[in-house]
Amino acid sequence: MMKTILTALALMPVMLFGQNPDARQIIDQIDRNMASNTRVFTATMVVHAARGERVMEMKVWSEGNKRSFTEYLSPARDKGTKMLKLQDQLWMFSPSSDRIIQISGHMLRQSVMGSDLSYEDMMDDRKLTDVYNAVVIGPDQVDGRDCWVLELKAKEADAAYQLLKMWIDRERNVPLKEERYAKGGKLLKQTTLSEVKKIQGRWFPTKVVYKDMLKVGDGTEFIINDIQFDAQIPEGVFNKAGLR
Amino acid sequence: MIRFLFKGLLRDKQRSLMPVIVVFIGAFLTVFLQSWMTGILGDMIDYNARFSTGHLKVMSKAYWERVEQTPNDLSLVNTTPLINDLNKEFPEVEWVSRIRFGGLIDAPDSLGNTRAQGPGVGWGIDLLTPGSMEAERLNIPKSLVQGRLPQKPGEILLSDDFAGKLKVKPGDQVTLVGSTMLGSMAVYNYIVAGTVRFGSQAIDRGAFIADLADVREALDMQDAAGEILGYYRSGAFDKELAAADVAKFMDQHKSDDPYSPVMVSLRDQNGLSQMVDYMDVIISIGIFIFIIAMSLVLWNAGLLGGLRRYGEFGVRLAMGESKGQVYRSLLWESVLIGLIGSVLGTAVSLVLAYWLQKTGIDISGMMKSASMMLPSVFRSQVTPASFYVGFFPGLVATVIGTALAGIGIYKRKTAQLFKELQ
Repeated sequence: MMKTILTALALMPVMLFGQNPDARQIIDQIDRNMASNTRVFTATMVVHAARGERVMEMKVWSEGNKRSFTEYLSPARDKGTKMLKLQDQLWMFSPSSDRIIQISGHMLRQSVMGSDLSYEDMMDDRKLTDVYNAVVIGPDQVDGRDCWVLELKAKEADAAYQLLKMWIDRERNVPLKEERYAKGGKLLKQTTLSEVKKIQGRWFPTKVVYKDMLKVGDGTEFIINDIQFDAQIPEGVFNKAGLR
Repeated sequence: MIRFLFKGLLRDKQRSLMPVIVVFIGAFLTVFLQSWMTGILGDMIDYNARFSTGHLKVMSKAYWERVEQTPNDLSLVNTTPLINDLNKEFPEVEWVSRIRFGGLIDAPDSLGNTRAQGPGVGWGIDLLTPGSMEAERLNIPKSLVQGRLPQKPGEILLSDDFAGKLKVKPGDQVTLVGSTMLGSMAVYNYIVAGTVRFGSQAIDRGAFIADLADVREALDMQDAAGEILGYYRSGAFDKELAAADVAKFMDQHKSDDPYSPVMVSLRDQNGLSQMVDYMDVIISIGIFIFIIAMSLVLWNAGLLGGLRRYGEFGVRLAMGESKGQVYRSLLWESVLIGLIGSVLGTAVSLVLAYWLQKTGIDISGMMKSASMMLPSVFRSQVTPASFYVGFFPGLVATVIGTALAGIGIYKRKTAQLFKELQ
């Protein structure tokens, strides 16, 4: 009953005025649903590369969008590799070389562990509304679920992606699909989010498939195995000394 | 007769010195232009062959389709049996495996943290196998600026400019950060053995070279190679032979598998085919226009020489010499002048061309931001054509000019002759 009322409230502007809802309002709703102070999760990343698939497991500690720490648990070649992101800086520790290396500049455009994600994508912690002007362009459906389609145009000409399109689940306030376009209109990356589960009172997609459209292969699956929101994270985790 | 004409030419400086100088300059410039342009084109092709294209190259079909990205995830695997087959099928070609890859070279501080880093282009080439010609092929021993060649696994060469940017010297440790063939992160420590300068700004900005086996270890590419390059043992690229070898290989390896090997020749890569054809046309047109221009100059010189001597011809005709005799002597004189001028012009030009073939002209100052693989020292190249091309404007044009001027001899009227003599 409550769900019906909420859906009706969400659709009220359309019913009353025949207009789309405000994009900023939808983005705020997504934030309210998905954002948390901290997250600790383990995940499996499956890279469907041109020559077969690679499976990696990792544990991630994150605080907001600014600080995160990732430790790779498998496979053997990558085990013990750690990454630390503090604001706009990224360091990596490689046990085989016993080195802490800063990832910057040109390297940020490289793929993370051969996946369809770049370090730049991983590092992007700006709020969507700071970088893009968003408008709702209409309703659509993804996997049978009613969505609003948001079109986000970059405010600055030098943004990594000039246009984003997002399909937002109207009822659960989670994105189900995203497309990122270059200046010339070429589709560069596509993301589909699925297996949306209710965890600690919020809807959260636990499977994300990234596809770099310029790359050979069938994309990268990112599966969250377990996740804790607002967990206590010791301060030492987000410290360069913790990398070794 | 020839000796008589020769004496006449020597004694009358107006008939010999100036025409010979003009012919000399024409032949000199023609030969020099031909050898210089041929040298530049040859340098560009040879440079590309040594560093990038080989005379022949074998890759996976998928790699070839994206070759400009050097996609090592699409490399050839199990290369040993393939190279054995290539050695058997094409014994006149030396086959070598190479891996080209992009990566970051990171220089640590005393605590092992990043002090400096920069992106570069890496080459994995066979440096440590006894008898390998790869170091010489890339001219590495002569390009060494500091240190020495790698002598054991775990050693690397950096371009001197790159080493300067990172502030590292031989003996220092650096770390390669890149991607393995399967996409994992590759992090591998090397000791800098030496620094090199190849003379190409595109390479010198950020190149690093390590032994092939070492790179295979770092990039998880055991028995794999991005490219297998073939070099004709004769040292020369023959486009007909290369086309035949490519056709033979492709006939034996018909497959739809994206990882099946394909062979391409030097001309099929880096736009070299269009460039070579384009340059060939440009050089031919340039030399042709130059020869025509020089020919007109020398023709004109022959004409003027002939016209200046109308008085002399009148006297000789009045003294009873036949018009044919006068005309023939005029032609023989021009042949002598053309020959002397052409031989001298060609000889001096060849000396200069040989010198430039050896020393070259350094144009690195003009190529600071060049991204093309071009040598920064251009050299001329003396070819068989250099020995005769100067004779077209020098001899042929002079003789034709004189022959046209001399036609006037047949139009002389005896009455007019006496008027001119007065």
